[in-house]
Order: sequence, then C-alpha cells, then structure tokens
Amino acid sequence: MNGDLIQRVATKLLLPFIVLFALYVQFHGETSPGGGFQAGVIIAAGVILVSITFGQTTAKKIAPWGLVERMIPLGVFIFAGTGVVSFFSGANFLDYSVLAHDPVHGHEYGIIIVEIGVLITVAGTMISLFYAFVERGR
Amino acid sequence: MEAIINMALLTLLALVTVAIIAQRSLIGVVILASIYSFLMASVMIVLDAVDVALTEASVGAGISTVLLLGALHLTKTREISVPQTKIGPILLSLAVGVALVWGALVLPPFGDPNAPIHLHVAPYYLREAIIETHVPNIVTAILADYRGFDTLGETTVIFTAGIGVLLLLRGLRRRGTGSERPESDGPESDGPESDGPESDGKEGSR
Repeated sequence: MNGDLIQRVATKLLLPFIVLFALYVQFHGETSPGGGFQAGVIIAAGVILVSITFGQTTAKKIAPWGLVERMIPLGVFIFAGTGVVSFFSGANFLDYSVLAHDPVHGHEYGIIIVEIGVLITVAGTMISLFYAFVERGR
Repeated sequence: MEAIINMALLTLLALVTVAIIAQRSLIGVVILASIYSFLMASVMIVLDAVDVALTEASVGAGISTVLLLGALHLTKTREISVPQTKIGPILLSLAVGVALVWGALVLPPFGDPNAPIHLHVAPYYLREAIIETHVPNIVTAILADYRGFDTLGETTVIFTAGIGVLLLLRGLRRRGTGSERPESDGPESDGPESDGPESDGKEGSR
C-alpha cells in the first residue's frame, strides 16, 4: 500500500464522481458540452488516478491490459462499422439516415453510436499509454 | 468586463510562456505547461467555446501532464547543457513571428459576424442541425454527423498514434528480452509515485 492517507481517501471519494462525470459528458453530450473524446479522457484520468494512488495491480483489476489494448481498435471498428452498416443499408458511408425508421432518429442514433466508438478508442489509448510508461519505468 | 478578463488571461498566458522559456527544471516546465493549458481553457470559456475548453482542460492539462511526467521519469529531469545563443535561430524565429503578425493583420476583425467563416456553412448548421438531427448541441452534431469523416479520421489518428507509441515503449523491448507481459502484476515498485514532486504535479493537474 503506497501513497499517503489523504491521497488514498481522496481518491476513493473522488473516483465515483469522476466516472459519473465522464458518463454525463458522454451521454449528455448532445445537449451539453462534451462528447466521446472528452469522456474517454476523463475515464482514463480516473484509472490513472487509481494507478498512481493504489499501484498498478489495483488499476489492472479495474482495467486489465488485455481489455484496454483491445479497446483501441474496437472503437475505430464501431465507428467505421456504423459507416459500413449505413453503406449497406442503401445510403452513403456514414450517412445515418437509414439507421432508424425515420432519418431524424437515424441521425440521433448514429451520433450516439459513433460517440461510443470514440470514447472506447480514446480511453483505451490513454490508459495503455500510461501503463506502458509505468511498465517501462520499473 | 469581458475585455478585462480577456486581457488578464492573455497577459497571464504571456507570463507563463516567458516562465516556461526561463525554467531549466523540466518538471517545472511540465507544471507550467499544465498551468498554460488551464489558462487557455479559461480563455476558451470566455469565448463561449465550452467544448474546446473541456478538451483543453482534460487533455492539455490532465493527461498530457501525466504522460510528460511519465516520460520525465524515464529520462532525467534536468537539462544537461544550456544551448549557446546563436544568431541564426533568433533571426529565423523573429522572421516567422513577424510573418505571422503580418498575416494576422489582414484577418477580419476579432468577433466580426460578417467574417467569411461565419457566412459559409455555419448559418446552415445553426438553422438546420436541430431539425435534421434532433441534437441541441450543434458542436456534437457537426463533429459526429456532418463531419463524420473528419471525426473517423481523427479517431484513426488516435488509434495509430497509440499503437505506435505502445510499440516504441513496449514491443521492441519485449522482443529483446523475451515475453514479459505476465510479470506486469509483479511487485509494486511503481515508478511515478516514488518521488514527491511528481505525484504532487499529477494531483494538482487534475
């Protein structure tokens, strides 16, 4: 167990709010500032905070290497996959009109799916980079 | 009032820039760069670009500070030799600076509603985005929908950059010394929190 008491208690108190704020930024991003990119960075910041305070072992229980690494291509896959789906549904690549019964809802769903893709890639990349730095430093 | 806040923030930005140039300890430089990012985020908020401010605060001040401190942990934190003053680089920087100021002079006035950039596609987005996508935050609608190709490219850039840095930091070494992935859960001699100033910096940057 490393880090001092204040740091550990503060991390435990802050962590739920960091994750909640990330989810808010992600899923409320259509009405308020934010989106997948910012939310991904905030989630990564939460994991990095855990890693700094409680060490790599604890952080890797929350976000294991294998998962984090696979998140990097998965997000791009979701984003590009949305484009391919709309392409094969009869519209242009990344034209979300055909994803639902009427075009307006299609655009809404398309934006949400694509933002989730961005979130996954960004969070995966940031956490992986931090893990790589820590591992290299030991 | 807004003008006063802007002037104060921009003055602070200039001061921090000078401090970054004068600072020789690289940890100090990273912390100052983090402060610079926070000031920049404040400027963005004053300009009503809240999305950009959020990005600047989380990426510029948060993650990049942590990653730069991580990079410093792998190297040394003090500059070894102070580069000697040479006349050529100074003249080059001055020339570029003068060219930038000269170019900025012919830009439309700051905040001019009739500037070309506000008359091209922006009125269409402002008028139609809410009708076509039902997404009230027009920035999100533009980024994820109208400019979906750009954002896909941007995500691919993050993907490529992440894979590249991971290969540099990890892949080459693993090939050299055999596979050491499974050992990553070993004894906790975690680098970054071992010295005080670095951890302080990370906490402060959040």
